[in-house]
Amino acid sequence: MAQAFFGGVHPNDMKAATNEKAIEQLAPPAIVVIPMSMHFGAPCTPLVKAGDHVKVGQKIGEFRGLGAPIHASVSGTVKAVEPRPYNMGGNMMSVVIENDFQDELSEEVQAPADPEALTVEQMVEAVKNAGIVGMGGATFPTHVKISGGIGKVDTVIINGAECEPYITGDHRTMLERPEEIIGGATYLAKMFGTDKVIIGVEDNKQNGIDSMNKVIAEKNAPVVVEALHCRYPQGGEKQLCQAITGKQVPPGGLPANIGCAVFNINTTCAIYRAVTQGMPVVRKIVTVSGSGVIDPKNIECPIGTPVSNLFDACGGLKDGTYKLIMGGPMMGMAQYTTDVPVGKGTGAMLAFCENEEQTVEHPQCIRCGKCVAACPMHLEPLFMYQYAEKGMLDELNDAHIMDCMECGACAYACPARMHLTHMFKTGKQKLKDKMAADKAAAEAKKAAEEAKAAEAQKEAVNK
Amino acid sequence: MTDYKNLKLIATSSPHIRGAETTRSIMLDVIIAMVPALAYATWQFGFEALLLTAVSVAGCMFWEWLYRKLMKKPQSVGDLSAVVTGMLLAFVCPASTPLWMIIIGDFFSIVVVKQLFGGIGKNFVNPALAGRAFLLGSYAGVMTSWVDPAQNKVPLFGGTVDVVTAATPLALMKSGDLEALSQYSALDMFLGKIPGSLGEVSALLLIVGGVYLIWRKVINWQTPVAYIGTVAVLTFLFPQHGMSGLNWMMYSIFGGGLMLGAFFMATDYATSPVTKKGQLIFGIGCGLFTVFIRYFGSYNEGVCYSIMVMNLFVALIDKCTKPARFGVVKSEKKEAAAK
Repeated sequence: MAQAFFGGVHPNDMKAATNEKAIEQLAPPAIVVIPMSMHFGAPCTPLVKAGDHVKVGQKIGEFRGLGAPIHASVSGTVKAVEPRPYNMGGNMMSVVIENDFQDELSEEVQAPADPEALTVEQMVEAVKNAGIVGMGGATFPTHVKISGGIGKVDTVIINGAECEPYITGDHRTMLERPEEIIGGATYLAKMFGTDKVIIGVEDNKQNGIDSMNKVIAEKNAPVVVEALHCRYPQGGEKQLCQAITGKQVPPGGLPANIGCAVFNINTTCAIYRAVTQGMPVVRKIVTVSGSGVIDPKNIECPIGTPVSNLFDACGGLKDGTYKLIMGGPMMGMAQYTTDVPVGKGTGAMLAFCENEEQTVEHPQCIRCGKCVAACPMHLEPLFMYQYAEKGMLDELNDAHIMDCMECGACAYACPARMHLTHMFKTGKQKLKDKMAADKAAAEAKKAAEEAKAAEAQKEAVNK
Repeated sequence: MTDYKNLKLIATSSPHIRGAETTRSIMLDVIIAMVPALAYATWQFGFEALLLTAVSVAGCMFWEWLYRKLMKKPQSVGDLSAVVTGMLLAFVCPASTPLWMIIIGDFFSIVVVKQLFGGIGKNFVNPALAGRAFLLGSYAGVMTSWVDPAQNKVPLFGGTVDVVTAATPLALMKSGDLEALSQYSALDMFLGKIPGSLGEVSALLLIVGGVYLIWRKVINWQTPVAYIGTVAVLTFLFPQHGMSGLNWMMYSIFGGGLMLGAFFMATDYATSPVTKKGQLIFGIGCGLFTVFIRYFGSYNEGVCYSIMVMNLFVALIDKCTKPARFGVVKSEKKEAAAK
């Protein structure tokens, strides 16, 4: 068993509700809303306008700079290109497509004649054209990670930890589509030129491990599955690297700094489909669960499906549902409407109707230090909270708040129910704003001084 | 089907789930851990011991309630921390302490030491110990007359004038009266058949409570083990009055308030370091001061003051024991320091 990382918590995994339910295909939705931002980076520019006819897999959004293209997930007519609610809160320019239920595949989707003959560059190009991003939720463009990591990376890790409670999409994928995972992992080994890819899986998914090992043995693939002790946030990129290699990613760095690259299970499947079929990311497996859902399920649906369609497919919501969360309960975003669509990074849609949160009215820190013991990034949340509360931004920076990845382990462990993660999210933003302001002020000062010096020089010359 | 438009949704920051442990459940565990020692005290010193503890608890809760009420602050009695303080203050007083006196101690502990600094988590010395120090300074006679449990119990009501008192083993150790000390065997010390403060006498039952707290993950083992370990090593190496090292060590660690202090006082969250490394240093410091006071000080017991002194070092210890930053390897740090 792999060595663990420091800290973390062990929440009840709540996976029993869906981990034995096969992935179901959602009945085609009448309308899909595809936001132009489903990746880390600037939003895409829409390539279609209202009235256009689109087919499945047709490119409808082009990225600029860091990003990934976006494709139509159903065939039909573009009804509107307008700002709509999306998962990060607020509105985002979105392409609204009315489904014609014909499911016509776009001509743009071309399977290569012989996938095995593709060069590394061609494979990276296929990944880029397929619009693949980190499907675990971070949504970092995968082609950037691969092309940036080639030559630096010697350890390719597939993230099958799925450490967030409730979510079982990756687990079901391991059971139902192991050949896609192993196939994708094999292509990754080829792209990075490594002879081994490691799949890290928490030991609560033993049948998933067995299922993948069977395929590895059949295909003699350059892949090994490593069982990990259950511990949240095992699926955090830095924690997974630490658990598997024993090395720590330096502050502000990426796994590539220690020779690692980490890909989610479903990202790996998407790579497989892109390389073998030229198929872009148009569908997503979502776990619909939580106390507010009548019949929890794992559902595969087109990207852009409004989440209300998902709940309908699960028998609807119970009375008294007070919270909808896109993503896991530890890091997911609470949503204020069921109009938000499923994005590339949406792994779960949860509804709560019981007292999961257990908030208290006047939380008061008792200095128990359980947050310090829980922080996988070796921070001291209780002190960071005090600095953030009082607006002490310099102290906040010295306490390395920027290392915080908002995993929520501290707040989970806190017996006083302090709003730690919330405070760190706002504190980080304030600190970023201040740094930007300081930088701008310093630049303005420098420019003024230079102008003054130039003026003085000019005068001196004139004299 | 569900009417999605009329859902009453709240949107808050993640995480959306919380662990089962609460401040109240932690305090309840501490109370449970003290029950065996309280039961023993009642059996040993009489029902007065139970009454004194009950009054102290009621006093602490009353003062906390009254202060928060007068200051128009949200009520906090429900977190049960005042109950813990009340029990601990009674535990460190003689069983014969008058009830009115403990209520004054409660006032000092809760209002002066805890609430004036901002309530739970904000006080910088242990409220119960500060309350005891206050009572000891104010009523030295009463606070140092120890009922002899071998001869009599404390009467439930009425004066304590006729009660037979005896010197504690620690006092005998201080004065070197080995003949008088020999009436108590090491086993008596361990089980608690000795005169002393209400809740401190039975080392065995305090260890049971402490182990319960460690098992429940309420406290870490670092503080009590470092504290008791330091006292044990020092007293073993430097026995006094010609006693053997082992014997002197047993009398030293089972006598006085060491077990109560190590498991229940030095582990107080608000007044101890937040990292395990810090707790180890804190425990060693408490042990050093305890032995120094017992050996060189004018008091025969040093647990109370040693913990209070170390409480003042907590901010410094916290500063010096910050966890190593994630991703910064030790050799790199040395290089950075060298530059």
